[in-house]
Amino acid sequence: MTVRIAARRALFAVALPAVLFAVWWFASADSTDFYLPPLSTILQKFPEVWTADRLMSDVVPSLLRLAAGYLLATAVGIALGLAVGSHRVLRDVLEPVLELFRAIPPPVLVPVIMLFAGIGDTMKIIVVASGCVWPILLNTVEGVRAVDEVLGDTCRSYGITGPTRLWHLVLRSASPQILTGMRQALSIGIILMVISEMFASSNGLGFTIVQFQRSFAIPEMWSGVLLLGLLGFLLSLFFRFAENRALAWYHGLRRAQRDS
Amino acid sequence: MVVRGLAGLAGLLAVLEVLPRTPLVSADYLPPASTIGRAFWHLLGEGTFWSALGDTLTGWGTGLAIAVLAGVAAGVVIGSVPVLRAATASTIEFLRPIPSVALIPVAVLLYGTDLRSKLLLVVYASFWQVLVQVLAGLQDADPVAQDTARSYRLGTWGRIRYVLWPTALPYVMTGVRLAATVALVLAVTAELVIGAPGLGQQLAVAQTSGAVPEVYALVLTTGLIGVAVNLAARAVEHRVLHWHQSQRGESQAR
Repeated sequence: MTVRIAARRALFAVALPAVLFAVWWFASADSTDFYLPPLSTILQKFPEVWTADRLMSDVVPSLLRLAAGYLLATAVGIALGLAVGSHRVLRDVLEPVLELFRAIPPPVLVPVIMLFAGIGDTMKIIVVASGCVWPILLNTVEGVRAVDEVLGDTCRSYGITGPTRLWHLVLRSASPQILTGMRQALSIGIILMVISEMFASSNGLGFTIVQFQRSFAIPEMWSGVLLLGLLGFLLSLFFRFAENRALAWYHGLRRAQRDS
Repeated sequence: MVVRGLAGLAGLLAVLEVLPRTPLVSADYLPPASTIGRAFWHLLGEGTFWSALGDTLTGWGTGLAIAVLAGVAAGVVIGSVPVLRAATASTIEFLRPIPSVALIPVAVLLYGTDLRSKLLLVVYASFWQVLVQVLAGLQDADPVAQDTARSYRLGTWGRIRYVLWPTALPYVMTGVRLAATVALVLAVTAELVIGAPGLGQQLAVAQTSGAVPEVYALVLTTGLIGVAVNLAARAVEHRVLHWHQSQRGESQAR
Protein backbone atom coordinates (compact mmCIF):
# COMPACT_ATOMS: atom_id res chain seq x y z
CA MET A 1 0.00 0.00 0.00
CA THR A 2 2.61 2.51 1.05
CA VAL A 3 4.81 1.35 -1.82
CA ARG A 4 1.98 2.04 -4.21
CA ILE A 5 1.41 5.47 -2.76
CA ALA A 6 5.10 6.26 -3.01
CA ALA A 7 5.21 5.00 -6.60
CA ARG A 8 2.18 7.12 -7.47
CA ARG A 9 3.79 10.15 -5.93
CA ALA A 10 7.04 9.52 -7.79
CA LEU A 11 5.14 9.11 -11.05
CA PHE A 12 3.35 12.41 -10.48
CA ALA A 13 6.62 14.12 -9.67
CA VAL A 14 8.46 13.05 -12.81
CA ALA A 15 5.64 12.76 -15.38
CA LEU A 16 5.15 16.39 -16.36
CA PRO A 17 8.85 17.36 -16.28
CA ALA A 18 9.62 14.34 -18.47
CA VAL A 19 6.94 15.35 -20.95
CA LEU A 20 8.13 18.97 -21.08
CA PHE A 21 11.72 17.87 -21.46
CA ALA A 22 10.80 15.52 -24.30
CA VAL A 23 8.82 18.28 -26.01
CA TRP A 24 11.79 20.64 -25.82
CA TRP A 25 14.16 17.91 -26.99
CA PHE A 26 12.15 16.91 -30.08
CA ALA A 27 10.84 20.36 -30.94
CA SER A 28 14.35 21.78 -31.00
CA ALA A 29 16.04 18.70 -32.52
CA ASP A 30 16.04 20.01 -36.08
CA SER A 31 16.29 23.66 -35.09
CA THR A 32 18.55 25.62 -37.39
CA ASP A 33 17.72 28.89 -35.62
CA PHE A 34 21.07 30.26 -34.51
CA TYR A 35 19.59 31.63 -31.28
CA LEU A 36 17.61 28.51 -30.36
CA PRO A 37 19.99 25.57 -30.72
CA PRO A 38 18.81 21.97 -30.22
CA LEU A 39 18.66 20.84 -26.63
CA SER A 40 21.06 18.00 -27.46
CA THR A 41 23.72 20.55 -28.46
CA ILE A 42 23.19 22.53 -25.25
CA LEU A 43 23.48 19.45 -23.07
CA GLN A 44 26.57 18.35 -24.99
CA LYS A 45 28.20 21.71 -24.28
CA PHE A 46 27.23 21.64 -20.62
CA PRO A 47 30.03 19.43 -19.27
CA GLU A 48 32.54 21.08 -21.62
CA VAL A 49 31.73 24.56 -20.35
CA TRP A 50 31.12 23.91 -16.66
CA THR A 51 34.27 22.07 -15.74
CA ALA A 52 35.52 21.78 -12.18
CA ASP A 53 37.91 24.70 -12.78
CA ARG A 54 35.16 26.94 -13.97
CA LEU A 55 32.88 25.95 -11.10
CA MET A 56 35.64 26.93 -8.69
CA SER A 57 36.47 30.20 -10.43
CA ASP A 58 32.97 31.40 -11.29
CA VAL A 59 30.25 29.61 -9.40
CA VAL A 60 31.82 29.38 -5.94
CA PRO A 61 32.64 33.11 -5.70
CA SER A 62 29.07 33.93 -6.76
CA LEU A 63 27.64 31.65 -4.10
CA LEU A 64 29.91 33.01 -1.38
CA ARG A 65 28.87 36.58 -2.16
CA LEU A 66 25.23 35.51 -2.15
CA ALA A 67 25.62 33.74 1.20
CA ALA A 68 27.39 36.69 2.82
CA GLY A 69 24.82 39.22 1.63
CA TYR A 70 21.91 36.97 2.53
CA LEU A 71 23.10 36.22 6.05
CA LEU A 72 23.81 39.89 6.66
CA ALA A 73 20.32 40.77 5.48
CA THR A 74 18.74 38.06 7.64
CA ALA A 75 20.48 39.24 10.80
CA VAL A 76 19.71 42.90 10.19
CA GLY A 77 16.16 42.23 8.99
CA ILE A 78 15.10 40.12 11.95
CA ALA A 79 16.74 42.37 14.54
CA LEU A 80 15.25 45.52 13.06
CA GLY A 81 11.93 43.81 12.46
CA LEU A 82 11.61 42.73 16.09
CA ALA A 83 12.36 46.26 17.26
CA VAL A 84 10.04 47.98 14.79
CA GLY A 85 7.30 45.40 15.25
CA SER A 86 7.12 45.65 19.00
CA HIS A 87 7.38 49.44 19.48
CA ARG A 88 4.51 51.56 18.29
CA VAL A 89 6.37 54.86 18.32
CA LEU A 90 9.39 53.47 16.49
CA ARG A 91 7.09 51.95 13.90
CA ASP A 92 5.26 55.21 13.35
CA VAL A 93 8.47 57.20 12.98
CA LEU A 94 10.27 54.75 10.71
CA GLU A 95 7.38 53.53 8.61
CA PRO A 96 7.50 56.15 5.82
CA VAL A 97 11.30 56.00 5.66
CA LEU A 98 11.29 52.22 5.46
CA GLU A 99 8.51 52.32 2.90
CA LEU A 100 10.58 54.59 0.70
CA PHE A 101 13.75 52.53 0.98
CA ARG A 102 11.91 49.28 0.47
CA ALA A 103 10.17 50.63 -2.59
CA ILE A 104 13.40 51.46 -4.40
CA PRO A 105 14.01 48.60 -6.84
CA PRO A 106 17.27 47.11 -5.54
CA PRO A 107 19.03 46.91 -8.93
CA VAL A 108 19.03 50.71 -9.24
CA LEU A 109 21.19 50.78 -6.13
CA VAL A 110 23.97 49.04 -8.03
CA PRO A 111 25.26 52.30 -9.60
CA VAL A 112 24.94 54.09 -6.25
CA ILE A 113 26.67 51.38 -4.25
CA MET A 114 29.39 51.27 -6.90
CA LEU A 115 30.18 54.91 -6.06
CA PHE A 116 30.91 53.98 -2.46
CA ALA A 117 32.22 50.45 -2.61
CA GLY A 118 33.89 50.27 -6.02
CA ILE A 119 33.31 47.14 -8.06
CA GLY A 120 34.74 44.52 -5.71
CA ASP A 121 33.16 41.83 -3.60
CA THR A 122 32.02 44.38 -0.98
CA MET A 123 29.82 46.08 -3.56
CA LYS A 124 28.16 42.81 -4.53
CA ILE A 125 27.58 41.72 -0.94
CA ILE A 126 26.04 45.09 -0.08
CA VAL A 127 23.85 44.96 -3.18
CA VAL A 128 22.58 41.50 -2.25
CA ALA A 129 22.02 42.48 1.38
CA SER A 130 20.30 45.76 0.49
CA GLY A 131 17.75 43.91 -1.60
CA CYS A 132 17.23 40.91 0.69
CA VAL A 133 16.69 42.84 3.89
CA TRP A 134 13.24 44.29 3.03
CA PRO A 135 11.12 41.17 2.67
CA ILE A 136 12.66 39.76 5.86
CA LEU A 137 12.21 43.00 7.77
CA LEU A 138 8.67 43.51 6.60
CA ASN A 139 7.54 39.97 7.26
CA THR A 140 9.13 40.03 10.70
CA VAL A 141 7.22 43.22 11.54
CA GLU A 142 3.97 41.66 10.32
CA GLY A 143 4.68 38.45 12.21
CA VAL A 144 5.45 40.29 15.43
CA ARG A 145 2.27 42.32 15.13
CA ALA A 146 0.16 39.24 14.47
CA VAL A 147 1.15 37.49 17.71
CA ASP A 148 -1.91 35.74 19.09
CA GLU A 149 -3.58 38.06 21.59
CA VAL A 150 -4.61 35.30 23.95
CA LEU A 151 -1.06 33.97 24.05
CA GLY A 152 0.22 37.50 24.61
CA ASP A 153 -2.19 38.03 27.49
CA THR A 154 -1.34 34.62 28.93
CA CYS A 155 2.34 35.51 28.89
CA ARG A 156 1.56 38.79 30.61
CA SER A 157 -0.46 37.04 33.31
CA TYR A 158 2.38 34.65 33.96
CA GLY A 159 4.85 37.50 34.14
CA ILE A 160 6.83 36.34 31.14
CA THR A 161 8.58 39.43 29.84
CA GLY A 162 11.80 40.67 28.29
CA PRO A 163 14.08 38.30 26.41
CA THR A 164 12.10 35.22 27.49
CA ARG A 165 8.94 36.64 25.98
CA LEU A 166 10.83 37.69 22.83
CA TRP A 167 12.38 34.27 22.34
CA HIS A 168 9.54 31.97 23.33
CA LEU A 169 6.51 33.96 22.25
CA VAL A 170 7.31 36.67 19.72
CA LEU A 171 10.08 35.07 17.70
CA ARG A 172 8.41 31.70 17.80
CA SER A 173 5.01 32.83 16.63
CA ALA A 174 6.53 35.13 14.02
CA SER A 175 8.84 32.44 12.65
CA PRO A 176 6.50 31.19 9.89
CA GLN A 177 6.30 34.77 8.62
CA ILE A 178 10.02 35.33 9.01
CA LEU A 179 10.76 32.23 6.98
CA THR A 180 8.33 33.38 4.32
CA GLY A 181 10.29 36.60 4.14
CA MET A 182 13.55 34.70 3.96
CA ARG A 183 12.22 32.61 1.10
CA GLN A 184 11.27 35.75 -0.85
CA ALA A 185 14.63 37.25 -0.01
CA LEU A 186 16.46 34.24 -1.38
CA SER A 187 15.06 34.66 -4.87
CA ILE A 188 15.76 38.40 -4.79
CA GLY A 189 19.28 37.62 -3.60
CA ILE A 190 19.99 35.34 -6.55
CA ILE A 191 18.70 38.01 -8.94
CA LEU A 192 20.92 40.65 -7.37
CA MET A 193 23.94 38.36 -7.31
CA VAL A 194 23.61 37.91 -11.07
CA ILE A 195 22.88 41.57 -11.81
CA SER A 196 25.77 42.88 -9.76
CA GLU A 197 28.04 40.56 -11.71
CA MET A 198 26.57 41.55 -15.04
CA PHE A 199 27.37 45.15 -14.24
CA ALA A 200 30.99 45.04 -13.29
CA SER A 201 32.96 41.95 -12.54
CA SER A 202 35.78 39.76 -13.71
CA ASN A 203 34.30 36.49 -12.53
CA GLY A 204 31.01 34.99 -11.41
CA LEU A 205 28.06 33.30 -13.02
CA GLY A 206 26.34 36.47 -14.24
CA PHE A 207 29.56 37.76 -15.76
CA THR A 208 30.27 34.50 -17.60
CA ILE A 209 26.78 34.17 -19.06
CA VAL A 210 26.79 37.74 -20.36
CA GLN A 211 30.25 37.14 -21.76
CA PHE A 212 28.94 34.14 -23.72
CA GLN A 213 25.99 36.16 -24.96
CA ARG A 214 28.16 39.04 -26.13
CA SER A 215 30.53 36.72 -27.97
CA PHE A 216 27.55 34.90 -29.54
CA ALA A 217 28.53 31.55 -28.00
CA ILE A 218 24.87 30.61 -27.99
CA PRO A 219 24.88 26.95 -26.82
CA GLU A 220 27.34 27.94 -24.07
CA MET A 221 25.03 30.78 -23.04
CA TRP A 222 22.04 28.44 -22.88
CA SER A 223 24.04 26.01 -20.76
CA GLY A 224 24.72 28.90 -18.38
CA VAL A 225 21.01 29.74 -18.24
CA LEU A 226 20.31 26.10 -17.42
CA LEU A 227 22.95 26.08 -14.71
CA LEU A 228 21.51 29.25 -13.18
CA GLY A 229 18.06 27.69 -13.21
CA LEU A 230 19.38 24.52 -11.64
CA LEU A 231 21.14 26.57 -8.97
CA GLY A 232 17.98 28.47 -8.13
CA PHE A 233 16.11 25.18 -7.87
CA LEU A 234 18.72 23.53 -5.63
CA LEU A 235 18.89 26.55 -3.33
CA SER A 236 15.12 26.58 -2.91
CA LEU A 237 15.13 22.83 -2.28
CA PHE A 238 17.74 23.32 0.41
CA PHE A 239 15.72 26.16 1.88
CA ARG A 240 12.58 24.05 1.94
CA PHE A 241 14.42 21.30 3.76
CA ALA A 242 15.68 23.75 6.37
CA GLU A 243 12.25 25.35 6.70
CA ASN A 244 10.53 22.02 7.22
CA ARG A 245 12.94 21.25 10.01
CA ALA A 246 12.61 24.63 11.67
CA LEU A 247 8.84 24.79 11.33
CA ALA A 248 8.05 21.13 12.03
CA TRP A 249 5.94 22.20 15.03
CA TYR A 250 3.95 24.65 12.91
CA HIS A 251 3.22 22.19 10.12
CA GLY A 252 2.35 19.55 12.74
CA LEU A 253 -0.06 21.98 14.37
CA ARG A 254 -1.78 22.71 11.08
CA ARG A 255 -1.97 19.03 10.25
CA ALA A 256 -3.48 18.28 13.66
CA GLN A 257 -6.07 21.01 13.12
CA ARG A 258 -6.89 19.54 9.73
CA ASP A 259 -7.23 15.97 11.00
CA SER A 260 -9.30 16.67 14.07
CA MET B 1 0.92 58.82 13.66
CA VAL B 2 1.25 61.04 10.57
CA VAL B 3 3.25 63.57 12.58
CA ARG B 4 5.68 60.87 13.73
CA GLY B 5 6.04 59.63 10.16
CA LEU B 6 6.78 63.13 8.91
CA ALA B 7 9.32 63.51 11.70
CA GLY B 8 11.01 60.34 10.48
CA LEU B 9 11.17 61.62 6.91
CA ALA B 10 12.42 65.02 8.07
CA GLY B 11 15.11 63.24 10.08
CA LEU B 12 16.23 61.32 6.99
CA LEU B 13 16.40 64.54 4.96
CA ALA B 14 18.41 66.28 7.70
CA VAL B 15 20.89 63.40 7.87
CA LEU B 16 21.24 63.40 4.08
CA GLU B 17 21.80 67.16 4.11
CA VAL B 18 24.39 67.18 6.88
CA LEU B 19 26.26 63.93 6.22
CA PRO B 20 27.88 65.04 2.91
CA ARG B 21 29.13 68.21 4.59
CA THR B 22 31.04 66.22 7.18
CA PRO B 23 34.32 64.46 6.37
CA LEU B 24 32.57 61.10 6.88
CA VAL B 25 31.13 60.92 3.37
CA SER B 26 32.39 62.73 0.30
CA ALA B 27 29.87 64.99 -1.42
CA ASP B 28 31.12 63.49 -4.70
CA TYR B 29 29.50 60.21 -3.75
CA LEU B 30 26.53 61.47 -1.79
CA PRO B 31 25.42 64.98 -2.71
CA PRO B 32 23.45 66.87 -0.03
CA ALA B 33 19.67 66.41 -0.09
CA SER B 34 19.18 69.92 -1.45
CA THR B 35 21.39 69.20 -4.48
CA ILE B 36 19.51 65.97 -5.17
CA GLY B 37 16.26 67.88 -4.80
CA ARG B 38 17.41 70.46 -7.38
CA ALA B 39 18.44 67.69 -9.79
CA PHE B 40 15.02 66.10 -9.28
CA TRP B 41 13.25 69.38 -9.95
CA HIS B 42 15.33 69.83 -13.09
CA LEU B 43 14.42 66.31 -14.27
CA LEU B 44 10.72 67.07 -13.88
CA GLY B 45 11.05 69.78 -16.52
CA GLU B 46 12.54 67.46 -19.14
CA GLY B 47 10.51 65.69 -21.80
CA THR B 48 12.87 62.71 -21.95
CA PHE B 49 12.22 62.04 -18.25
CA TRP B 50 8.48 61.87 -18.75
CA SER B 51 8.71 59.61 -21.80
CA ALA B 52 11.12 57.33 -19.90
CA LEU B 53 8.65 57.26 -17.01
CA GLY B 54 5.89 56.33 -19.45
CA ASP B 55 8.01 53.52 -20.90
CA THR B 56 8.74 52.10 -17.46
CA LEU B 57 5.12 52.23 -16.36
CA THR B 58 3.91 50.68 -19.63
CA GLY B 59 6.24 47.72 -19.22
CA TRP B 60 5.32 47.39 -15.56
CA GLY B 61 1.55 47.61 -16.00
CA THR B 62 1.28 45.37 -19.04
CA GLY B 63 3.55 42.73 -17.56
CA LEU B 64 1.79 42.79 -14.20
CA ALA B 65 -1.67 42.51 -15.76
CA ILE B 66 -0.64 39.51 -17.85
CA ALA B 67 1.05 37.85 -14.88
CA VAL B 68 -1.87 38.34 -12.45
CA LEU B 69 -4.50 37.11 -14.89
CA ALA B 70 -2.44 34.09 -15.88
CA GLY B 71 -1.39 33.38 -12.29
CA VAL B 72 -4.90 33.49 -10.82
CA ALA B 73 -6.40 31.45 -13.65
CA ALA B 74 -3.69 28.80 -13.51
CA GLY B 75 -3.70 28.79 -9.71
CA VAL B 76 -7.45 28.25 -9.34
CA VAL B 77 -7.47 25.47 -11.94
CA ILE B 78 -4.43 23.70 -10.52
CA GLY B 79 -5.30 24.31 -6.87
CA SER B 80 -8.86 23.00 -6.97
CA VAL B 81 -8.05 19.77 -8.80
CA PRO B 82 -5.91 17.53 -6.56
CA VAL B 83 -4.59 15.42 -9.45
CA LEU B 84 -3.40 18.47 -11.37
CA ARG B 85 -1.84 19.81 -8.23
CA ALA B 86 0.12 16.61 -7.68
CA ALA B 87 1.17 16.44 -11.31
CA THR B 88 2.38 20.04 -11.57
CA ALA B 89 3.95 20.45 -8.13
CA SER B 90 7.42 19.31 -9.15
CA THR B 91 7.39 21.39 -12.34
CA ILE B 92 6.30 24.51 -10.48
CA GLU B 93 8.92 23.89 -7.83
CA PHE B 94 11.51 23.61 -10.56
CA LEU B 95 10.47 26.57 -12.73
CA ARG B 96 9.64 29.06 -9.99
CA PRO B 97 13.06 29.49 -8.43
CA ILE B 98 14.76 29.95 -11.80
CA PRO B 99 15.90 33.52 -11.44
CA SER B 100 14.27 35.68 -14.10
CA VAL B 101 17.57 37.42 -14.73
CA ALA B 102 18.80 34.14 -16.20
CA LEU B 103 16.51 35.07 -19.08
CA ILE B 104 18.27 38.40 -19.68
CA PRO B 105 20.70 37.03 -22.29
CA VAL B 106 17.87 35.12 -23.95
CA ALA B 107 15.65 38.21 -24.01
CA VAL B 108 18.47 40.29 -25.50
CA LEU B 109 19.08 37.80 -28.28
CA LEU B 110 15.41 37.23 -29.10
CA TYR B 111 13.95 40.71 -28.76
CA GLY B 112 16.84 43.16 -28.40
CA THR B 113 15.89 46.30 -26.49
CA ASP B 114 12.25 45.90 -27.48
CA LEU B 115 9.34 46.20 -25.04
CA ARG B 116 8.91 42.45 -25.43
CA SER B 117 12.21 41.66 -23.76
CA LYS B 118 11.10 43.75 -20.77
CA LEU B 119 7.75 41.96 -20.71
CA LEU B 120 9.41 38.55 -20.86
CA LEU B 121 11.32 39.27 -17.64
CA VAL B 122 8.45 41.04 -15.87
CA VAL B 123 5.84 38.40 -16.64
CA TYR B 124 8.11 35.47 -15.82
CA ALA B 125 9.07 36.92 -12.45
CA SER B 126 5.65 38.08 -11.29
CA PHE B 127 3.63 35.12 -12.59
CA TRP B 128 5.14 32.76 -10.01
CA GLN B 129 4.53 35.18 -7.14
CA VAL B 130 0.82 35.15 -7.90
CA LEU B 131 0.56 31.45 -8.72
CA VAL B 132 2.34 30.28 -5.59
CA GLN B 133 0.25 32.53 -3.35
CA VAL B 134 -2.97 31.34 -4.98
CA LEU B 135 -1.94 27.73 -4.43
CA ALA B 136 -0.92 28.38 -0.82
CA GLY B 137 -4.20 30.16 -0.19
CA LEU B 138 -6.31 27.35 -1.60
CA GLN B 139 -4.41 24.85 0.52
CA ASP B 140 -4.99 26.91 3.65
CA ALA B 141 -8.76 26.52 3.47
CA ASP B 142 -10.27 25.79 6.89
CA PRO B 143 -10.84 22.02 7.16
CA VAL B 144 -14.05 22.53 9.12
CA ALA B 145 -15.41 24.89 6.49
CA GLN B 146 -14.42 22.41 3.79
CA ASP B 147 -16.22 19.59 5.57
CA THR B 148 -19.24 21.79 6.18
CA ALA B 149 -19.38 22.67 2.50
CA ARG B 150 -19.18 18.99 1.68
CA SER B 151 -21.99 18.17 4.14
CA TYR B 152 -24.14 20.81 2.50
CA ARG B 153 -23.28 19.30 -0.87
CA LEU B 154 -21.78 22.37 -2.44
CA GLY B 155 -20.58 21.61 -5.95
CA THR B 156 -17.05 22.22 -7.21
CA TRP B 157 -17.88 25.73 -8.32
CA GLY B 158 -19.73 26.48 -5.08
CA ARG B 159 -16.79 25.29 -3.02
CA ILE B 160 -14.39 27.44 -5.04
CA ARG B 161 -16.66 30.47 -4.83
CA TYR B 162 -17.69 30.31 -1.14
CA VAL B 163 -14.99 28.37 0.69
CA LEU B 164 -11.72 28.33 -1.22
CA TRP B 165 -11.77 31.78 -2.79
CA PRO B 166 -12.48 33.79 0.40
CA THR B 167 -9.71 31.87 2.18
CA ALA B 168 -7.35 32.33 -0.72
CA LEU B 169 -8.14 35.99 -1.29
CA PRO B 170 -5.78 37.40 1.37
CA TYR B 171 -3.02 35.25 -0.11
CA VAL B 172 -3.92 36.34 -3.63
CA MET B 173 -3.79 40.01 -2.64
CA THR B 174 -0.41 39.43 -1.02
CA GLY B 175 0.67 37.77 -4.23
CA VAL B 176 -0.53 40.70 -6.31
CA ARG B 177 1.22 43.15 -4.02
CA LEU B 178 4.46 41.19 -4.21
CA ALA B 179 4.08 40.81 -7.96
CA ALA B 180 3.55 44.55 -8.37
CA THR B 181 6.85 45.21 -6.59
CA VAL B 182 8.72 42.46 -8.41
CA ALA B 183 7.35 43.65 -11.74
CA LEU B 184 8.70 47.13 -11.10
CA VAL B 185 12.08 45.72 -10.09
CA LEU B 186 12.32 43.64 -13.24
CA ALA B 187 11.08 46.43 -15.50
CA VAL B 188 13.77 48.76 -14.19
CA THR B 189 16.37 45.98 -14.29
CA ALA B 190 15.59 45.25 -17.93
CA GLU B 191 16.12 48.92 -18.71
CA LEU B 192 19.26 49.15 -16.65
CA VAL B 193 20.99 46.01 -17.88
CA ILE B 194 19.54 45.46 -21.35
CA GLY B 195 19.08 49.12 -22.24
CA ALA B 196 15.37 49.01 -23.02
CA PRO B 197 14.02 52.58 -22.98
CA GLY B 198 12.85 53.78 -19.55
CA LEU B 199 14.04 55.19 -16.24
CA GLY B 200 16.61 52.43 -15.79
CA GLN B 201 18.25 53.35 -19.06
CA GLN B 202 18.32 57.02 -18.04
CA LEU B 203 19.97 55.93 -14.83
CA ALA B 204 22.62 53.95 -16.69
CA VAL B 205 23.32 56.99 -18.88
CA ALA B 206 23.56 59.29 -15.85
CA GLN B 207 25.91 56.89 -14.15
CA THR B 208 28.31 56.51 -17.08
CA SER B 209 28.40 60.27 -17.59
CA GLY B 210 29.20 60.77 -13.90
CA ALA B 211 26.11 62.88 -13.16
CA VAL B 212 25.86 61.81 -9.53
CA PRO B 213 22.96 64.07 -8.41
CA GLU B 214 20.91 62.85 -11.39
CA VAL B 215 21.67 59.23 -10.41
CA TYR B 216 20.24 59.91 -6.95
CA ALA B 217 17.29 61.82 -8.37
CA LEU B 218 16.43 58.87 -10.61
CA VAL B 219 16.85 56.40 -7.77
CA LEU B 220 14.50 58.61 -5.75
CA THR B 221 12.04 58.60 -8.65
CA THR B 222 12.00 54.81 -8.83
CA GLY B 223 11.55 54.73 -5.06
CA LEU B 224 8.59 57.11 -5.27
CA ILE B 225 7.03 54.99 -8.01
CA GLY B 226 7.57 51.99 -5.78
CA VAL B 227 5.84 53.74 -2.87
CA ALA B 228 2.95 54.70 -5.12
CA VAL B 229 2.70 51.10 -6.33
CA ASN B 230 2.67 49.81 -2.75
CA LEU B 231 0.10 52.33 -1.58
CA ALA B 232 -2.14 51.54 -4.51
CA ALA B 233 -1.76 47.80 -3.95
CA ARG B 234 -2.52 48.21 -0.28
CA ALA B 235 -5.56 50.39 -0.93
CA VAL B 236 -6.89 47.73 -3.28
CA GLU B 237 -6.12 45.06 -0.69
CA HIS B 238 -7.90 47.04 2.04
CA ARG B 239 -10.99 47.47 -0.12
CA VAL B 240 -11.14 43.85 -1.20
CA LEU B 241 -10.35 42.43 2.24
CA HIS B 242 -12.27 44.84 4.47
CA TRP B 243 -13.94 41.84 6.12
CA HIS B 244 -10.70 40.06 6.97
CA GLN B 245 -9.22 40.07 10.44
CA SER B 246 -5.84 41.52 9.42
CA GLN B 247 -7.52 44.59 7.93
CA ARG B 248 -9.99 45.07 10.79
CA GLY B 249 -7.21 44.80 13.34
CA GLU B 250 -5.32 47.44 11.39
CA SER B 251 -8.10 50.03 11.48
CA GLN B 252 -8.73 49.36 15.17
CA ALA B 253 -5.10 49.99 16.05
CA ARG B 254 -5.35 53.42 14.49
